[in-house]
Amino acid sequence: MGTIDLDRSDSKFIEDLAGQPGGEMIRACFTCRSCVAGCPIAAVNREFSPAKIIRMALYGLKDHVLKSDFVWLCSTCYTCQERCPQGVTITDFMTLLKNRAIKEGFAPPGIRAQLKLVTGDGRIYPIDDFDNKKRSKAGLPVLPTSCDEIKKLFHGQDAATDTDIPV
Amino acid sequence: MKYAFFLGCTIPARARNYELSARKVAETVGIDLIETDRFMCCGFPIKAADRDAATLMAAYNLALAQEKGLDICSLCSSCASQLAESAHHLSWDEDERARVNERLSAVGLTYNKGPRVRHFARILFEEVGADTIKEHFKKDLTGLNIAVHYGCHYLKPSSIHDHFDDVEDPESIEDLVALTGATIVDYPGKKMCCGGPVLPVDEKLALSVTKKKLDTLVEAKADALCLVCPFCSVMYDGNQKSIESEFGVTYNLPVLYLTQVLGLAMGFDTKELGLNMNVVKTKELAARIGL
Repeated sequence: MGTIDLDRSDSKFIEDLAGQPGGEMIRACFTCRSCVAGCPIAAVNREFSPAKIIRMALYGLKDHVLKSDFVWLCSTCYTCQERCPQGVTITDFMTLLKNRAIKEGFAPPGIRAQLKLVTGDGRIYPIDDFDNKKRSKAGLPVLPTSCDEIKKLFHGQDAATDTDIPV
Repeated sequence: MKYAFFLGCTIPARARNYELSARKVAETVGIDLIETDRFMCCGFPIKAADRDAATLMAAYNLALAQEKGLDICSLCSSCASQLAESAHHLSWDEDERARVNERLSAVGLTYNKGPRVRHFARILFEEVGADTIKEHFKKDLTGLNIAVHYGCHYLKPSSIHDHFDDVEDPESIEDLVALTGATIVDYPGKKMCCGGPVLPVDEKLALSVTKKKLDTLVEAKADALCLVCPFCSVMYDGNQKSIESEFGVTYNLPVLYLTQVLGLAMGFDTKELGLNMNVVKTKELAARIGL
């Protein structure tokens, strides 16, 4: 493991995160690594460690945390959050970091595409006539093929899709 | 027993076998599922990108159900979790509720006190109950060895699901399957995640997580895996063949929804339960109970 360069530390980073939903308890982490022990991703990839991500965030290594692929490997299974003896809402903290990474322009393309699709169509798998044909054949009710209300809900608003962040 | 039926996105498009069998079971045990055309995505798929937008979508759906005076029943664990979590947050965070309601005014809705959000399996376990379910059984599944995968969001975070089952030692789904006469297979890693959420980011890593459980299930001599979430089914059923070819292994392990297992015990035929739509073939399994 490389040396931590604290000159790259951004002290405002953790202050900011601690004030957001999911970040409230983050300073209580005492690195017991219970989160790592129960993590299904750490079980197949020894590089992945929720404790390491938390520690980097606490050191203010903002770019390192937000640019790395690691936060995106969290499967949001909540095992760590359920087991944390300090009451750190680790899974919610990971979500906060992912949200922040998107805002700063770092995110796997698939995640951004998903956001556009869902806030545009109102569904992750839009229903078309072919789907409805298959549904009818199986004896299931036909569903609407479009969703007007999603447009009203997101039109002209500040959802992350409406900002000019390069993909 | 009346619920607004929240189908979500994945089930009506990709898991019609789950929907078919759930509707059959619901009708049989007396759960009245009310159709609502206006529901949209629960918000879960965009939570990683934008939590506030996900909460807004959840609140829209909650407000719709609230307008009809109905609680919500979801077949998908992720939908149930997203809706329940948003309802939980909005119940105490007045600022967030005010922001959400300002946006909801664009579609003529206001969110007040949220409806209850329940996973279908939880309704069977808590409200319908073992006695009523058993009354409708026509077929004994004795001789089948069935392992249960709880998945993550059916139970967790436990605070938003009222701790209705023990996250470290869950039993609700196994109790329901055991009613059929099938033998419950216990196995290490029962509580492990399916790996699904990582699929769009790192496919091989996601499949490695899925494989770990499939390996254990074969060792434990399970005849089938039973689950309650369409995402988990994509991993264990839909991707089982990809895992077999990627890692050079063979499982051929049928993966059934809880509603298909209960439906079999209720005497429905394989087509009525959509078993022909399961990716891993279930013919041999059905033959063992005389179908």
